Amino acid sequence: MVDTMTRSRTKDGPAADFDVERIRADFPILSREIHGKPLVYLDNAASAQKPKAVLDAIQNAYAHEYANVHRGLHYLSNTATENYEKARETVRKYLNARSTDEIIFTRNATEAVNLVAQCFGGMVIGEGDEIVLTIMEHHSNIVPWHFHRERNGAVIKWAPVSDEGDFLIEEFEKLLTSRTKMVAVTHMSNALGTVVPAKEVVRLARERGIPVLFDGAQSAVHMAVDVQDLDCDFYVFTGHKLYGPTGIGVLYAKKEHLEAMPPYQGGGEMIGTVTTDNVTYAKPPHRFEAGTPAIVQAIGLGAALDYVTNIGHDRIKAHEGRVLAYAQQRLGEINSLRMFGTAKEKGSIISFAMEGAHAHDISTIIDRSGIAVRAGTHCAEPLLARFGVTSTCRASFAMYNTVDEVDALADALIKAQDFFA
Amino acid sequence: MTLENILSDFDFLDEWEDRYRYIIELGRTLEPLDDADRSDANKVQGCVSQVWLATKVEPNGSDKGPRLTFIGDSDALIVRGLIAILFAIYSGKPAAEILNTDAQAIFSNLGLGEHLTPQRSNGFVSMVERIQSDARHALEGETAVH
Repeated sequence: MVDTMTRSRTKDGPAADFDVERIRADFPILSREIHGKPLVYLDNAASAQKPKAVLDAIQNAYAHEYANVHRGLHYLSNTATENYEKARETVRKYLNARSTDEIIFTRNATEAVNLVAQCFGGMVIGEGDEIVLTIMEHHSNIVPWHFHRERNGAVIKWAPVSDEGDFLIEEFEKLLTSRTKMVAVTHMSNALGTVVPAKEVVRLARERGIPVLFDGAQSAVHMAVDVQDLDCDFYVFTGHKLYGPTGIGVLYAKKEHLEAMPPYQGGGEMIGTVTTDNVTYAKPPHRFEAGTPAIVQAIGLGAALDYVTNIGHDRIKAHEGRVLAYAQQRLGEINSLRMFGTAKEKGSIISFAMEGAHAHDISTIIDRSGIAVRAGTHCAEPLLARFGVTSTCRASFAMYNTVDEVDALADALIKAQDFFA
Repeated sequence: MTLENILSDFDFLDEWEDRYRYIIELGRTLEPLDDADRSDANKVQGCVSQVWLATKVEPNGSDKGPRLTFIGDSDALIVRGLIAILFAIYSGKPAAEILNTDAQAIFSNLGLGEHLTPQRSNGFVSMVERIQSDARHALEGETAVH
């Protein structure tokens, strides 16, 4: 048995021993029906479903090991603190950060970007300074920088993409000037799936002394991330897209930045001492975690990262790559569909529009076949404007999706086509 | 198309597919909006599909307040069909009657209640809210609406 598996690994690559049915069995929600049809959940880029390991970790934390964290001098508080800080160590390992002092828990990726824009941006961005984003950004990595434009007179520069959705590194480089104070770009587009060549981006920025933030909300789900290897200054992601709970996100930041940055919010947990006329602040990471944190959510996130790591990014990526390739082929055969984003480097996201029907129409009809996709602007309005559309449908695949589900999607789309002919 | 027609047609349609085909057909009968009426002021907020609503208020001479006529449009066909049903419920009715009519209940009876659940992406829900607020303003004596 072991021999067979080893052989198939060499022959067919890491996907060969990936048993998607066994993975699916770990996710209770996947066995339910919608409108009398098996659920086909293809809205993973918005939020992923949770494996039993995560649900159990949450249940166990509340049922057996719950109290408030830090500075409690009783058994349960110590246990909860240990578990919470253990989750921070799990995140550190997941990103290969140097130290847990570089890992801040936030509510989500959005809050992590806001924290950087406010606390770090506030130190380095002034009037007339430039911030370089890509046209593919999610609104979460746009609006916090618009605040600098609105309030401080900063200028936003937009790195373009090709008609196929490829990131254009030469065009990006042209935008870097002596006024550029920040590069904040997606690592993987939530609307197109395009993967940005992160190391190249960092290299070009680093040559000019410009700090780089990556929005890893999608990439942290689909690929192994090594922040030391990337050498980025900031990296953010969120738990709920990574098979973890809602209400928990992560900011990785280089220690030297965190030590220089002023606090984000004020409250308990983030202070050194407080007197009536003075306050000193705790060291990072706790300086940036005011108030009772999302204790159980952090523990749940730790369980999710363990789950993903145990399966392995190489195997997940190979499987998702096969599902994506099959989806591109099947949907490519449907003449009425226009695809957005066929970049060479691309994660498991497929965006499309149907001739004669609105994305809203399509998603409403295929929902009746149990298929969940997203319709709309995907919180990336500048990108949709660049492609001259007001909405698209998006199918996004996770580790538990199958080629059979791609068939179900294609069949439902062919059926939907007939409604609007 | 009157509401009574729509309700009795729906009685004959058991399958969701036939119901959606019917709604899409209703959408096709909706009079398109002039470019002038596709203004920002007439645009109803919603991030999935675009929805426009223009309201005409005419004196009615009754104690039920002025009569409101609506024209509207969407770039999504199913939403156009839902708008057609909404106009069958509300358009050409006096303000007081509009305020007393619960579109949610009618849509639920038609098995379409999910389209009126409040969610930010849904411009159609905002449209119902705007119809109600236009009726309220009309009843309070305001004539210029949007």
